[in-house]
Amino acid sequence: MIATLPRPAWLRAATALYLGAFLLFLFVPLVVVAVFAFNDAPYPAPPWHGFTLDWFLGNAGSGRVGLLRDSELLGSIGTSVVVACWVTALSLIVGTANAFLMERYQFPGKQLLSVLMLVPLVIPGVILGISILALCSRIADLAESLLGLNLDFMRPGLVLVVLGQFSYIATIATLMVSARLKRFDRTLEEAALNLGASHAAVLRTITFPYLRPALIGAAAISFLMSFENFNTTLMLVGANPPLTVLMYGRMREGASPVLNAVSLFLMLASALLAFTLMRGGRRGAAPAAAAGA
Amino acid sequence: MSESGARVLWQRRLLLAVLLTPALLWLLVLIILPHIDLALLSFRERIAPRVYAPSLTQYRTFFAEPLYWRVFVRTAVLSALATALTLLVAFPVAWIIAKVARDRASSLLFVVCLIPFWVSETVRALGWLILLRESGVLPALLVRLGITAVPVELLYHDATILVGLVYTSLLFMVVPLVSSLQSLDNSLIEAAYNLGGNGWAILRRIIIPHAAPGITAGCIVVFMLTLGNYLTPNLLGGKNSQWFTELIYTQFIVRFNWEQGAAFGFLLLALSTGMVALGLRLSGQRFVDVMRRS
Repeated sequence: MIATLPRPAWLRAATALYLGAFLLFLFVPLVVVAVFAFNDAPYPAPPWHGFTLDWFLGNAGSGRVGLLRDSELLGSIGTSVVVACWVTALSLIVGTANAFLMERYQFPGKQLLSVLMLVPLVIPGVILGISILALCSRIADLAESLLGLNLDFMRPGLVLVVLGQFSYIATIATLMVSARLKRFDRTLEEAALNLGASHAAVLRTITFPYLRPALIGAAAISFLMSFENFNTTLMLVGANPPLTVLMYGRMREGASPVLNAVSLFLMLASALLAFTLMRGGRRGAAPAAAAGA
Repeated sequence: MSESGARVLWQRRLLLAVLLTPALLWLLVLIILPHIDLALLSFRERIAPRVYAPSLTQYRTFFAEPLYWRVFVRTAVLSALATALTLLVAFPVAWIIAKVARDRASSLLFVVCLIPFWVSETVRALGWLILLRESGVLPALLVRLGITAVPVELLYHDATILVGLVYTSLLFMVVPLVSSLQSLDNSLIEAAYNLGGNGWAILRRIIIPHAAPGITAGCIVVFMLTLGNYLTPNLLGGKNSQWFTELIYTQFIVRFNWEQGAAFGFLLLALSTGMVALGLRLSGQRFVDVMRRS
């Protein structure tokens, strides 16, 4: 029961016990991943054989290819970053346009459009993936057989991965930017206009500075969700797999601790991102949309 | 005056068109057209090389082949189970965050709960693999404690899949629950307590009705994500996982039977949409509000 009501001793004990078990459940898998990145053994499994940095620094000569020497893994991190930058840029542009559209304009069909904009969130990622895959491949086939055109970008590959991820991350960006724009005090803009500012100047000096926290938050979340996306990406991936797909492939073959090393890197990177965002004072709204759907 | 009025109106129209274009392009090209195409694909059949005819064969195959619909039902049942378990695990912690812990401890606990979900699902699955596989941490611990004589394989069971799914879904339940519990006025609980209500009655008659929107929102999102999950069932369940998304993947990517894969995709979409609609119906909420909340 709540803090102001008397709580019997057994309830306090049960609460503490539950909380302990819950936190253990939450963190043991992550701790285990981090710890076995430093185990001096070819497999990420007990017993503990001593501390090593081989899984970060090792080269082929020592028989252990560490993260920094694993060009395939490093390449896939690069691929993920490129994809995530594209998805973030597209989602921010479309999300911001949508926010202005929905908050500032009245037009026929607005209600329908507002529902449609939310729909991508309730479509399973696998289906977003296959539907885009099927359409693009069929168009490419058609172009090839009718016009003799070779539309390689419509084949499975990074362009499709970017489009697939963008198709639902745009919704999240829209929601985050809209939420802040909705609370904007329009009289500020009107005052600036009355004082002779141009529309462009008002946007630049008043509206966008106000939206900045939401834009930064939306950018961070878009980047993170793109970086971590698996379901949609798996269906659309071509010859250059992003990190999550490559890791998945390697995990199926039997994990080497180099995967732990790259995981540790990911944890530190997302912790840094989360910390920066929370320092920005946007608790709740930002993390709520996190994690790989 | 009227001329400048017309110009302003014209400008506004132009701006509206500029803002509408990205939204329409996005929804039309990436959502609506692909799904129409997928539907067309699922309602046709190859009768000769490069010759197709409209047919219901793909859906007929689904119902005729026990393997397919069993996997479908199994996925639905396990997803529902995972959703219920997630609710059970998440509710107490949401309650502690919203009502028991004081200001600082409460925000700290909330942030701590969110941390694992900033990490990729792949990493979380790797953690469970290292913990649970036969040569892993937990089986070794069980042997050390004398509970089992030899290491047991803890992967590849349905229970393992459930653990992984609950783990992956917790965030999506905790966040809406916390926000709906925070809006519950403490004095209602105090009043009920003073009037002699016991814990169970207060839970059933005050807390749960108040938190219903949050519970529904959480359950809808968790069920949907679980149903569409591929990674966790596949890695933790191995060959025994038999998750419906795996069938879709097999038809599309491995067998290249897109017609069948498209039909499977639509069945999954129908189930997912149906459950979302049912959840909204039962709790009398609007789709737009639920999505905004979660």
